[in-house]
Amino acid sequence: MAELSLTVNGKTRRVEAPPEESLLSVLRDRLELTGTKYGCGEGQCGACTVLLDGRPARSCRTEVSEAVGRKITTIEGLSPEGRLHPVQAAFLETEAFQCGYCTPGMIVSAAGLLAANPNPDREAIVRHLTGNVCRCGTYPRILTAVQRAAARITKSR
Amino acid sequence: MSRRRDSAPNLELAEHAISGKLHWFDVDRRGFLKLLGGGGLLVFLQASGSPGQESGRSRGDREPPREISAWLHIGEDGRITVFTGKVEMGQNIRTSLAQQVAEELRVSVDAITCVMGDTDRVPWDAGTFGSRTTPTMGRELRTMAAAAREQLIDLAAERWGVERAALAAGGGRITEGAGRRTLAYGDLTRGQKLIRAVAAEPAVTPAGQWKVAGTAVPKVDGRDFVTGRHVYTSDLVRPGMLHGKVLRPAAFGATLAALDSGAAERLPGVRIIRDGDFVGIVASDAWTAQRALAALDAKWNVSPQPSHQEFFDSLKKGETPGDRGNAQVTGSVEEALASADVKLARTYTVEYIAHAPLETRAAVAEWSGEKLTVWTGTQRPFSVRDELAEAFRISPEKVRVQVPDTGSAYGGKHAGDAAIEAARLARSAGKPVKLVWTREEEFTWAYFRPAGVIEVSSGARRDGTVTAWEFHNYNSGPAAIATPYAVANQKIQFHPARSPLRQGSYRGLAATANHFARETHMDELAAAIGIDPLELRLRNLADPRLRMVFHAAAEKFGWGKQKAAAGRGFGIAGGVEKGGYVATCAEVEIEGSSRRPRLRRVVEAFECGAVVNPGGLRNQVEGAVVQAIGGALFEAVRFENGRIVNPRFSGYRVPRIGDVPPIEVVILDRRDLPSAGAGETPIVGLAPAVGNAIFAATGVRLRGLPLAPDGIPDSTKNA
Repeated sequence: MAELSLTVNGKTRRVEAPPEESLLSVLRDRLELTGTKYGCGEGQCGACTVLLDGRPARSCRTEVSEAVGRKITTIEGLSPEGRLHPVQAAFLETEAFQCGYCTPGMIVSAAGLLAANPNPDREAIVRHLTGNVCRCGTYPRILTAVQRAAARITKSR
Repeated sequence: MSRRRDSAPNLELAEHAISGKLHWFDVDRRGFLKLLGGGGLLVFLQASGSPGQESGRSRGDREPPREISAWLHIGEDGRITVFTGKVEMGQNIRTSLAQQVAEELRVSVDAITCVMGDTDRVPWDAGTFGSRTTPTMGRELRTMAAAAREQLIDLAAERWGVERAALAAGGGRITEGAGRRTLAYGDLTRGQKLIRAVAAEPAVTPAGQWKVAGTAVPKVDGRDFVTGRHVYTSDLVRPGMLHGKVLRPAAFGATLAALDSGAAERLPGVRIIRDGDFVGIVASDAWTAQRALAALDAKWNVSPQPSHQEFFDSLKKGETPGDRGNAQVTGSVEEALASADVKLARTYTVEYIAHAPLETRAAVAEWSGEKLTVWTGTQRPFSVRDELAEAFRISPEKVRVQVPDTGSAYGGKHAGDAAIEAARLARSAGKPVKLVWTREEEFTWAYFRPAGVIEVSSGARRDGTVTAWEFHNYNSGPAAIATPYAVANQKIQFHPARSPLRQGSYRGLAATANHFARETHMDELAAAIGIDPLELRLRNLADPRLRMVFHAAAEKFGWGKQKAAAGRGFGIAGGVEKGGYVATCAEVEIEGSSRRPRLRRVVEAFECGAVVNPGGLRNQVEGAVVQAIGGALFEAVRFENGRIVNPRFSGYRVPRIGDVPPIEVVILDRRDLPSAGAGETPIVGLAPAVGNAIFAATGVRLRGLPLAPDGIPDSTKNA
């Protein structure tokens, strides 16, 4: 066990955890940030996606010690004061989910893409989200939602 | 605790045996209404002709009568609450059921709360499967809501001393004439305890007049899903909760020979729980539980188990003879074959595939004395309750199962394995325990969509009239086994068999396998006769609803307008199941070097009577098409001597965003017909449409699902 200091969603959080514990496990089981999901544990499904310094990372394959000193953003951090991130708003409007279990990972992944590339073409979105699995098969809507969010972000700049 | 592998029921078949009406209890004497608390108006639907007597079997005071499928309560605050045993797992019934109640009660959807899948609070229900929610629960809730509305009108008429004909319901109020007097529903029910049993069906609003039902109401709690706030079973935390793990055998059928748990037990806060071959771990955090599991040193006695290679042969040989003799026979296939111009005999195969719901099986179990509460994602809360009662030898009323809206199931979450395991751990630990299966456990210890072998023989005349049809399905199941084509001479039979793997329900059941075989074979017949595949189907099809979806899909797709070229082809397939009519057209392109088929375009027409929520329906149809891509092209569970070889997403390929072509969905809204369910049937058309398109593109006929996990063989011109 080690006492670690993490920056999660803009706040400093102190947590006791083995340094090699996965960031996913620390977020979910020690910090009660359960919006980030377990899906496979091998970085194949994207349900556990968080942003590390703004870039998407698979928290199930990230040791918590690697996240020390970096800005961790989870789904809970995307809508401060209840204002939805454009990607969240677009997912909601297009109903780009069914059971919703993949949705936080999808949204965080897409938010990471748009932060780096506010105007991605279809191919870039597909390439970026290929590591995010939706078993309900809402991919066509997800694509539409990300395109819609991108258009809004670009317009508002 | 037994492992229940050998004795696992064939869930595919169990699903067809939905429990009938077994018990009748006098509602007033049973006191289950106390659960509602307070006053207000309570309405429930009572099946007409109920025997009106108690069964001799004793059940608890809180056991609701089984004739009652749901009840509906209007509180003194005007709040409308629906209590139903159905569960939400992404199919959107929390919204679509609320819409139907809102329609009859003339309120907006947000006035309605649905309490779902909580065995202490809702009436008994067989489960959420078989596309039954919309045609059955939806209809019954509409009936109850209409009765409630009429009762409220009666109450207002009585209070005001006026004729009820002068009153109308709307906006959560009863109003007299042109707004002379008005009373909110809550004001009408305040201080009262009104119970209304609806025996005869009151007139419900015809679909043609729907204002709330029939519209694309957004998912009622959609915001919780995009913000990560929704609490799935795997997210639940209970006070003092521990985290559990279960030691899995090295292979199916393995028994524990020796266990050294010393290293695991030395980890802080870890406890090993052993009960026969069941070995579990509890720890104060999930990470430690996982480390403790890895530290267990177990030796297993492994017995030889079937392997993937040659298992199709074994399925046929493993036919259980006692189940033969259920052939459906019309005319004489033998005679018709003897005089047919064209004859074909072909064999089709379907591999085991996994549901792989993104939320793995999970449960949180908590004992309070002899009372057990389990939260778990299941499609059958009441049967999981009964499984728990049986496993712990307590009466069912001591068990409460609650189902948080679940991270999908697709037919895969019928059984209570995780619930029983969590409860077993919690019982020894004396604290609540959460158990979340890993992806590998999910791929190995859940059950699979049955593999199958299907043999089809047919005969046809030169003009395309199919005259003989013989169809044998080994193991995969009887769903949609009957042909919708009007063939005079038929023999159709399902042959149950011993399955080497644990198998059960999967979205659409065997309708996918049977449609794959049938619709591929129809395509083969068309090719053998030299007739357009759509024309062949229409020539043999009398069912006007099925004809209509074929026409709709073909028209949107532009069927026949483009010619197949080398490496590019078009395919069509369709059918009917569970009241849903589907036709699918696919365009496939073969990638040059890899010879892998890529879907370029899919058009699917679907008709399921009056559409309750066109937005949700479209989402379901698109999703079914996407999910179908996996089973059609690349999904297969591989096993070797009792082990699953590919129990991970890195070894078991599911559809990803890049696999998905533009999908155009044509919904035929038949307001003149009763609503049918739509969660399953839209999945059945894709695989044969894709296989037929591959044939059109390459001349290679593929007769096994998945069609081309490693690309299309180049030289096999076998058609």
